[in-house]
Amino acid sequence: MLRLFLAVLAALLLATGGLRAEPVGQILDTNRALIQKSSRLTIGPVIDALATSGDDRAEAVLQAWGDKHLGIRKSDGAFVLITRKGGDYVLTAPDGKAAGTAKRSDIDALRPNAGVRRLIDGALVQFQLNAPKRATRAAALDIIDRHPEAGQLKPLEASIPGEFDPGLRSRKERMLRLLTIRFGDDGAARIKAIESFGADTGLDLRGALNPLLDTKRVVTRAGETPPGNVARQLIPGKGIGDAAAYDLLVKAGDAPARLTPVARKQALEANIEGGKVGGVPVPDLSDPEARDRAYSALEQAGKVPQAATAAEVAAAVAAHAYWDVYAEPSKEVTDAARAALSKIALKVDGMEAFDLLLEALSLASIYFLAAIGLALTFGVMGVINMAHGEFIMMGAYTGYVVQQWIPNYTVSLLVALPLAFAVTFAAGVAMERLVVRHLYKRPLETLLATFGVSIALQQIAKNIFGTQARPLTSPAWLDGAWVLNDVVSISYIRIAIFVLGLVFLLLFLFVMNRTRLGLELRAVTQNPAMAASMGINPDRINMLAFGLGSGIAGIAGIALGLFAKVTSELGQDYIVQSFMTVVVGGVGNIFGTLAGAALIGTLQKGIEWLNPSNTLAAQTYMILFIILFIQVRPRGIIALKGRAAGD
Amino acid sequence: MSAYLRKNPSVLWFLAILALFVVAVTLMSPGTGSGMISTSFVKTLGKTLCLAMVALAMDLVWGYTGILSLGHMAFFAIGGYMIGMWLMYARTEEIVVKALSQSPIPPTPDEIFHGIGTQIFGVVGSSKMPLIWTFAGSLPAQLALVVIVPAVLAFVFGWLAFRSRVAGVYLSILTQAMTLALSLWLFQNDSGLRGNNGLSGLQNIPGLGGVSQDWLSIWFFWASAAALALAYILLAWVVSGKFGSVIRAIRDDEQRVRFLGYPVEGFKLFVFALTAVICGIAGALYYPQAGIINPAELAPIASIYLAVWVAIGGRGRLYGAVMGAVFVSLLSSWFTGGRAPDVPLGFGTIHWVDWWQVLLGLAFVLVTLFAPQGLGGLVDLVTGLRHPGRHGAPLGPDQGSLQEKEAQE
Repeated sequence: MLRLFLAVLAALLLATGGLRAEPVGQILDTNRALIQKSSRLTIGPVIDALATSGDDRAEAVLQAWGDKHLGIRKSDGAFVLITRKGGDYVLTAPDGKAAGTAKRSDIDALRPNAGVRRLIDGALVQFQLNAPKRATRAAALDIIDRHPEAGQLKPLEASIPGEFDPGLRSRKERMLRLLTIRFGDDGAARIKAIESFGADTGLDLRGALNPLLDTKRVVTRAGETPPGNVARQLIPGKGIGDAAAYDLLVKAGDAPARLTPVARKQALEANIEGGKVGGVPVPDLSDPEARDRAYSALEQAGKVPQAATAAEVAAAVAAHAYWDVYAEPSKEVTDAARAALSKIALKVDGMEAFDLLLEALSLASIYFLAAIGLALTFGVMGVINMAHGEFIMMGAYTGYVVQQWIPNYTVSLLVALPLAFAVTFAAGVAMERLVVRHLYKRPLETLLATFGVSIALQQIAKNIFGTQARPLTSPAWLDGAWVLNDVVSISYIRIAIFVLGLVFLLLFLFVMNRTRLGLELRAVTQNPAMAASMGINPDRINMLAFGLGSGIAGIAGIALGLFAKVTSELGQDYIVQSFMTVVVGGVGNIFGTLAGAALIGTLQKGIEWLNPSNTLAAQTYMILFIILFIQVRPRGIIALKGRAAGD
Repeated sequence: MSAYLRKNPSVLWFLAILALFVVAVTLMSPGTGSGMISTSFVKTLGKTLCLAMVALAMDLVWGYTGILSLGHMAFFAIGGYMIGMWLMYARTEEIVVKALSQSPIPPTPDEIFHGIGTQIFGVVGSSKMPLIWTFAGSLPAQLALVVIVPAVLAFVFGWLAFRSRVAGVYLSILTQAMTLALSLWLFQNDSGLRGNNGLSGLQNIPGLGGVSQDWLSIWFFWASAAALALAYILLAWVVSGKFGSVIRAIRDDEQRVRFLGYPVEGFKLFVFALTAVICGIAGALYYPQAGIINPAELAPIASIYLAVWVAIGGRGRLYGAVMGAVFVSLLSSWFTGGRAPDVPLGFGTIHWVDWWQVLLGLAFVLVTLFAPQGLGGLVDLVTGLRHPGRHGAPLGPDQGSLQEKEAQE
């Protein structure tokens, strides 16, 4: 197969009247100097000559050269292929004949640098495309993928009929079409290749299409059209700024450089004569117009180079027309490429929207997790707990401490989840008993007292763990991402947080609607006095509910800690968003919290998408939106009605 | 006049103590007196007086009207930013003009303007003067903005919030969100206010390069004391008349006041905007003494500390707010300044720099639980005011606020 191909190639070369089949040894000898001091800039023709020599030893020689197995025998200066054997080299002449052995000191091994090796690899591709080993052929395709070149087109095409591996064959065919788009000679074939992809979203296709639409700026006199494939005309003020237009003129040599204020100042400073510059007294030069006058005077006297003042710039800009011209000469090809790209863009936009939706969903589940405990204490019990964020932090630090004891991340996670719940449950119950219980009738003071607890807890965490961020490492099976295609992907951690959020939603619903505790909790919420007279102990219920809300915060802390670093400010960063989630969603209803989290998550991602460089501004706009949203629905998305709504 | 003083016996006491304090500090300061206390301590005292002024505003809005705003430090910082813009612009202008006058030909206005822009915004990689700096060159304009910007912001926010009957903890959270939004916005580099670098070098007053900081500090101390005195007199007048009765009624039972025909929203809005203006003025006096302002100054936590001061001092009485602010902020700077002695416990040592916040947090919880009257409760012991023991029925939503009428019965 290889021989056949090389014969075809050689015949082709002969037919096109270029070269005769030439033994590689001879080529090496003629280019001895270039090869010995090889550099990426000069070696190209030599490698091409070797690759197209038609000699069936070309591949072996190139391969050896690239692998640093080509050397020069010091005694007679002959090129030899070298193989190490013990302390010596076994030698082979370029034509394949054995040439004995030699001491290592007798051979000067060539060491081509990385740039040269890459050129050699490129030249080897055409041989490797037909190599018997599948891995070699795949590697050759990888090289084409990375460095596509016009010369690869023919060998690639020729290698397809002989390719029997279906995977590689379809890859080769795809690559052939891509190379045709880039380097094909026949316009119709290129258009056909472009259209054959349809709305394929592969990055490689976009990589092939985008260069076709490269344009360059061209200037003509007003009223003229430039030669070549014109993309569009640019009107100064629209599409191109006046300054940019004038810069084009300067670059094209049609106008003198603009007089910049700095240049003007320097020229004037250099020409002060007796307290005057060009007849203008120096103290007057604080006025820009006076400076222009002085400069014009100097210009006329020939003391400074010609430069355009503002009026001259405006006239020159108006006297010319500005164009974008495609580098690609064929209009049909650029049209087809543009059409294909716009089709692709549409599809990519759709997928990006889907990706954005996934991200919004994951952010929403983070907010939901952070807010679900609040929904219980604030929403159901009406108690505002500013220390909620610190319970989240406490859970995260529990996870960190457990990881210090148990090195296996999976086991430590399984231990940490219930432990975090237990720790924050206990902390929540303690706080309810000691502080919140006394303040049920004074909501504003609950806010302040729990805030005092929050300051203290935060500082204690700082004192114990320091101010630097502590890592909470996720197990290996949570690393990585679920990749759908080039556009859509989502990390496993985010999926895990989503699942956790879902689990807690179901758990919450189960506890509230199907258990004794939930029944009593709802009763106490609606009418504590009546509930108490029915034999429910409101104190106990409040305590449990508070503990439960805090415990969920602890578990949320582990989830957030896996997602971000654990610091003493972890909870504080989420507390305002959590309250927003509960308030926007509507107090006293878990589905309201869910809706609030979805709204806030989607909103934040949406605003970030509109202005991707600036996540801080996104949060600002989101909070502003929420303040306005409260205007429209003061009781949140899902408002309680009737007696349960309280006041 | 005498009626005013009869209604507000605390005004004369307050002014007398303040005057005494000012005279004492003046006699001890390095600029005007013996130099017993350092310039930086004079600045600390001046800043404390500004904080006391903010606490007064907070007391009016929270202790008297019952709106727990967690956003008043934002207005304070806005006032600081507004005056800081002028200070920084004018000072940089002086420097740039001086530098450019070294060159052989005089500078154009454009060159000066561009030079200032490069000096100020070089740190955030820009040299263009943002639109909000349009008036930065003019002191009267920026002084007007010190009042106007907080007033407008408070008015718009308050109008939106009060109109939709957002009250209680919801309003607190909403004001906190407003503060957070503002600080996040200021944290970005393209906000036009130098991002997290903030404005710096504010202690150098343009045009007063020859005056030493010893003198500047005492001038600002006097100005702060005067502003505090004026604010006290004004607020005492506001809370003593019919207006004061209405806002106290709003605090105790908003619904009933509304049914009696008072425009509750209008009263709340007026109080909210007025206190925002007072905060803005206090900020404009504070930050030239602090020397630097950055977005961290208006983080939500700062406003919560403000509430802490007022609560510890005692709500519903103007002197309580001042007491709380002065006591807590001086104590805080004593503890965090590293001057408090460490406490060895055998198994470890309590470094107050680290543990002061814990102490403050817990003290705050204890005050809320056991002494809702705060430090002001001590004054009640002297004047013989007693809260009636009403077992069961609460005094109103704000038990901690002083309710004089009720207490005298």
